[in-house]
Amino acid sequence: MMLFNRQQTQLKTLPHLDWLEAEAIHIMREVAGQCANPVLLFSGGKDSICLLRIAEKAFRPGRFPFPLMHIDTGHNYKEVTDFRDQRAAELGERLIVRSVEDSMQRGTVVLKHENESRNKHQSVTLLEAIEEFGFDACIGGARRDEEKARAKERIMSFRDEFGQWDPKNQRPELWDLYNARAHKGENIRAFPISNWTELDVWQYIQREGLELPSIYFAHQRPIVRRQGSIVPVTELTPAKAGEAIVNLQVRFRTVGDITCTAPVESAADSVEKIIAETATTTITERGATRLDDQASEAAMEQRKKEGYF
Amino acid sequence: MQLIEDHGLLRFLTCGSVDDGKSTLIGRLLFDSKAILADTLSAIEKTSLKRGMQEVDLSLLTDGLQAEREQGITIDVAYRYFSTGTRKFIIADAPGHEQYTRNMVTAASTANLAIILIDARKGVQPQTRRHSYLAHLVGIPHLVVAVNKMDLVDYSQARFEAIKADYLAFAQQLGIEDVRFIPLSALKGDMVVDRGEKLAWYEGDTLMEILEAAPAAHTEHDEPFRFPVQYVCRPQDSTNPELHDYRGFMGRVESGSIQVGDAVTVLPSGRTSLVKAIELGGKALREAITEQSVTLLLTDEIDISRGDMIVKTEAVPTQTKQVNATVCWLAEAPLDRARTYLIRHTTRETKAKVAAIEWRVDINTLDRQSAERLQMNDIAQVSFKLAQPLLTDPYVDNRGTGAFIIIDESTNNTVGAGMITKLAA
Repeated sequence: MMLFNRQQTQLKTLPHLDWLEAEAIHIMREVAGQCANPVLLFSGGKDSICLLRIAEKAFRPGRFPFPLMHIDTGHNYKEVTDFRDQRAAELGERLIVRSVEDSMQRGTVVLKHENESRNKHQSVTLLEAIEEFGFDACIGGARRDEEKARAKERIMSFRDEFGQWDPKNQRPELWDLYNARAHKGENIRAFPISNWTELDVWQYIQREGLELPSIYFAHQRPIVRRQGSIVPVTELTPAKAGEAIVNLQVRFRTVGDITCTAPVESAADSVEKIIAETATTTITERGATRLDDQASEAAMEQRKKEGYF
Repeated sequence: MQLIEDHGLLRFLTCGSVDDGKSTLIGRLLFDSKAILADTLSAIEKTSLKRGMQEVDLSLLTDGLQAEREQGITIDVAYRYFSTGTRKFIIADAPGHEQYTRNMVTAASTANLAIILIDARKGVQPQTRRHSYLAHLVGIPHLVVAVNKMDLVDYSQARFEAIKADYLAFAQQLGIEDVRFIPLSALKGDMVVDRGEKLAWYEGDTLMEILEAAPAAHTEHDEPFRFPVQYVCRPQDSTNPELHDYRGFMGRVESGSIQVGDAVTVLPSGRTSLVKAIELGGKALREAITEQSVTLLLTDEIDISRGDMIVKTEAVPTQTKQVNATVCWLAEAPLDRARTYLIRHTTRETKAKVAAIEWRVDINTLDRQSAERLQMNDIAQVSFKLAQPLLTDPYVDNRGTGAFIIIDESTNNTVGAGMITKLAA
């Protein structure tokens, strides 16, 4: 009986970031090869910034075989939306922006109250945009390590014509043989960086020298502490009566809708320092920073069933 | 942070039920590796870090499994991640019980190593045989038999050796070549990451050492070059006149390697050419290796499209309109011999009909039985007639060109997984 050890291995293998990149390129090319009219969802956040670099590596010197699209709640940090527009322009690729505010004007999004977070209503606007453009696949930057409901997500995830994700009816996914087939009106969500962790993303950003919106790095910001979370004080999220506003050095680990994204206390003002912090932290990315996911254990799963990314 | 050494990425599978302590073992790996990673980065002496873990329920780290069962989602493989700073690991965690075959085949299809958990009190069980058979069937090259809960048998060496002997007896029948045995207690942490103090008689590596040293490549022998074309890049509308004649053939090296200047054949046309350039993200490479996604440029203008395969002229795959394969049926609706299915193999698709179901395997006894139809979780030998030729190698020689999935066109669901056995003339 043979026992394995590293000395036996003669064949060259890829370092881990190269492997992850190669897998992501392969997935993106499969979407382009199998789907007639895909779109890449680009928010200006770090995960979708990685997706753009992967798309460059997958398709240059040609143009991307898909446009970029952002579903804007109207409540995003200006640093992020400015970055989004600038990056799309640099790449010379088409950027579609569809706004939750437009859905509100159409009456398809109705807030329960004026201050309700628009984050979960992105699903409606996304589905409207999918219908408007006839997209049969949406490429997104979701990762399986983000939280529990995503650990069993497929790389090519099937959504019915209502955009619903049915966790009991997902296609088995074997080898690197992806099934992105969908009937008219149905939709595939494709996640090329499914197998990346938050640490992998930061290591890739470092290796590729990718630019990021400034709010990912440590900066001073007025905040209040609320139920164990750090809540940034903005026009949309003012301090409540009796809460003490303090200036704190913080950075964002995720950037999303202002009303539901919290920063973490950090002095990490460079990619290197963020990597060191990420490697040693024991709190998950969403656990620390997404106020909406904390509402209930199954919050994410519920939103996904409703068509959320 | 720069990785001091990068030993790549290892995908492995954990086989066993929650009762075997699987969730605790995964929790232990996730939790303890975080500490290793922290150590690697801050260069603190590993021994200086005290991990008093006894009170923490490590299985909580994977409690998605619990939620899954409550919701009746038993079909799903969960993927979990950890890194030690020199190597990244992806665990495919297939929850057990009824739909085990389907889960395990799915999880095993991307794994290069399987940890087979045995409860030290119970020894080799029917499910141990099943796990081992399936891991071997799907071609996982390395097996690690982890005899867990050693703390509940007083860390008995005799017990461990007896289980090992039992296991080896049937492993040899199955033709399993590469297997290692390790006694451990996931609960107490013995031999997972730290050696602990109770297993002094065991002189082998800890589980983490085994995982860190296992070969990351799926195979240790040279495989022929296989490059299924995914996408063709022809940026004619570019304002750059130099790109007017650019034809890049984009894909992932499924096996083998290719260098600039190599003689290649394009299939199914059979046209030959030379590799003019290999590109990745605008950079020219001299060579591309297995699993690398690149763009190939050839010296001759050949009409190539998605579904074609570029191979080295010296070793071409079989071009065939009939395949024999070991099939695992994945769908609730049984395989219907009267129907036409779609087979997706590399980047090709073809309509296919069942010619014959040769036999079905009884997963418990491994006996072969005749069968008229296949139910979910069945493993069977099936021959197919194909509308279009596929470019194949036997699965044992080449995972990339030996595997296919079966799609039901009415639902677009993936209903079966196939591994090509021998090639019909």
